Amino acid sequence: MSDLLTLRHLGKSWFGVPAVSDLSLGVRQGSLLGLIGQNGAGKSTLMNMIGGIVAPSAGDMLWRDKPYRPQSAADASAAGIAFIHQELNLFTNLSVAENMYIDGFPRRMGLIDWRAINERARSILDRLSLDVDPATEVGHLSPGERQLVEIAKALHNEASLLIFDEPTTSLTPRETERLFETIATLRAEGRTIIYISHILGDVKRLADDIAVLRDGQLVDQGPEADFPIPRMIRSMIGRDLGGLFPQRTGQPGDTAVLKARGLTHPGVLKDVSITVRDGEIVGLFGLMGSGRSELARILFGLDPCDQGTVLLNDAELAAGARARIAAGMAFVTENRREEGLMMDATIADNLALVAISEFGRPPLFLIDRDRLLERTEAARQDMSIKAGDISRQPVKALSGGNQQKVVIGKWQLEHPRLFILDEPTRGVDVGAKYEIYTLVDRLAAGGGGILMISSELEELMGVADRIVVMNRGEIMGEFPRGDFDQERILAMSFREQAA
Amino acid sequence: MKPSTDRAFDFAVRNATYLIFACVLLYFGLQSPGFLMPESLANIVKQASFIGIAALGMTFVLLTRGIDLSVGSVMFLAPLIAGFAMREYGLPVWLGFVVAVLAGVVLGGINALFVAWLRVIPFIVTLASLFLFRGFGTWLTSSTQFDFSEDMRSFGLSSVVGIPTPIVIFAIVALIAHIILAHTTFGRQIYAFGNDPEAARKSGINTQWLQARVYVICSVCAAISGFVLIAQIGRLDVAFGEGREFDVIAAAVLGGASLMGGVGSAFGAVVGATLIQTVKLGLVFTGVNLYLQPIMQGIIIFLAVFADGLREKRLLSRLKRTIRPLENA
Repeated sequence: MSDLLTLRHLGKSWFGVPAVSDLSLGVRQGSLLGLIGQNGAGKSTLMNMIGGIVAPSAGDMLWRDKPYRPQSAADASAAGIAFIHQELNLFTNLSVAENMYIDGFPRRMGLIDWRAINERARSILDRLSLDVDPATEVGHLSPGERQLVEIAKALHNEASLLIFDEPTTSLTPRETERLFETIATLRAEGRTIIYISHILGDVKRLADDIAVLRDGQLVDQGPEADFPIPRMIRSMIGRDLGGLFPQRTGQPGDTAVLKARGLTHPGVLKDVSITVRDGEIVGLFGLMGSGRSELARILFGLDPCDQGTVLLNDAELAAGARARIAAGMAFVTENRREEGLMMDATIADNLALVAISEFGRPPLFLIDRDRLLERTEAARQDMSIKAGDISRQPVKALSGGNQQKVVIGKWQLEHPRLFILDEPTRGVDVGAKYEIYTLVDRLAAGGGGILMISSELEELMGVADRIVVMNRGEIMGEFPRGDFDQERILAMSFREQAA
Repeated sequence: MKPSTDRAFDFAVRNATYLIFACVLLYFGLQSPGFLMPESLANIVKQASFIGIAALGMTFVLLTRGIDLSVGSVMFLAPLIAGFAMREYGLPVWLGFVVAVLAGVVLGGINALFVAWLRVIPFIVTLASLFLFRGFGTWLTSSTQFDFSEDMRSFGLSSVVGIPTPIVIFAIVALIAHIILAHTTFGRQIYAFGNDPEAARKSGINTQWLQARVYVICSVCAAISGFVLIAQIGRLDVAFGEGREFDVIAAAVLGGASLMGGVGSAFGAVVGATLIQTVKLGLVFTGVNLYLQPIMQGIIIFLAVFADGLREKRLLSRLKRTIRPLENA
């Protein structure tokens, strides 16, 4: 069998940082290729290049042995490549049939031919044995049904290559089973499939061939039969640590700073309990969609939670972020630019933001600029933020690492008891990462508790005292520092049993 | 909430405008029975056609999460250009109408250029063109009133098989808008874009061209609406159309168009405009202090927008990302 899609020395760099480099891979006609890799391994970039969303900066692609250079999503779709994204690209305000034909409705006398659309949609839905009326608004469908609509959308274009990106994330086991049946039908029709998933068991079950990405490179590939799950995990990891992390200076204490018990919210968390002691760094590990960021938002009072209690220093906390900040919580968000900083404001104004009410001077409570500058300058030195005049320089002029220090610094002015750090080193270069780890260690040594979320396992193993593993909104287990084992932690986050 | 009360509440929120409309009609009808006579109802629709035609155009823009603040100025400038053309070249009224529409295309094209291709946010673009278009018109007239020929006025006061021409034009524009929105690829893509612009792009929709057309349509509607009302008055004051953008947006929103995009319809815009006019006329009919009228209008807009907010919130809670299957699903 020949290759349907061939990638030759494909590469893509973002601002000089390679996301995918020198990747060569063939997808056999009629086969199912399982594609796996850790978060940030380059899977999304690769898929976006195939889909015409992102242009490669090196190498080329062949589609049916002819050069393939998609300029837009429409080009990929015209070639016969369809994507079933993790975040579904459906329009909830339109009907099932409309969603399927949105890029080109069949028409009669210039107007949309509703009868033709509904009939054709009906027949495609039947093929997928999805029993919904094509005129139903997509907003009324369950996640599983939406997934099938997305597939139906791909089928009406008679796509010959379907790319599934984490399709089962929001599906129930029954819906997942149904999806797999559909995939089997698609294969029987001779369609080629690329299946990306974190659920290794599923990949093993479905795939003919397996390819592993790590750091933007193809590190391992072979037929499914030669690919037991331990080999998958080993190939996904595999990097030397050491020298990347500072020595821990403090020791965790015995007093619990944060105690969360039985947090449950439908569709988000199930019975999550977590404790952080003083001076302790707890790493929270989970894959995309495991609920780690959702847990952080709930702990900080940003999102509602049906059941469960959150205690800080043994006092139960009121709802809402304001109460939790007042009680001594700090939250460093994963979206530094959008949620963590005022990019155009000065460093001093950003640092003073959380503690701003302290700078009001009676009787009118106008801001005491001198004191503000004094305190923020002290914070700048404390955080060793490399900047010039903090009262003039805007935050956007700083490097990623220094920006992150500003975010941490603005909370540090209030001396919080608990820091929640969500992906604190995202988009930060290696050197700056080391400084942030040092900073985190210092915060802990100062007696605060730290809950650090990261999708980089190595990083958590380097700095955390304990790692808690989440999957699908549940705590799967935890590992104390002496017991860190990359394969076992990763396997637990995948819900697999390591061999 | 119990499922039954929940559903009743859902229904009320969905159809808030119609419920308000029914209440308003009932109230004025009880206060003054003459209010519900065919003549006064026809009068309401005739007067509503002015805001209504522009609200139909505004609905297109709101559907794409945009806004057009320049409609009041277009209502002024486009008929003015048509008036000059008619006076200079002795054009008949129907050709004047065509000129007004073409002027609407050009003015809307200016908004479209900045919004769709230069990626400036619609609020700022149309705020600028609000001043620009009115300033241009004021400069053309040197701040004096512009008188149209008698033909113009007889067109404005004419009727087609007993139905006043403004109502006929209102109905035609509404019908065309409905067909475009509900039965063409372009229309359905407008809804898709308003629901999720990024997904629309990923679906292969030419989103810039889509946005551009929407602003042109809005200006054309504003031009027609201005032309139709001026035809009834026969002259054009410098202040004509000033502040009308808010009536127009209010009518569209009252008719169920969401400022968050993706929700709204041509029918809704007609209902919204008619509701505003009903309140205005009803207050006159019942002899209520005229100064209370803006207050009433404000209250009704508040109610409708509040309902829109509730609707949005319920939609959002339903669409919230789930990372694990719901137990009862």
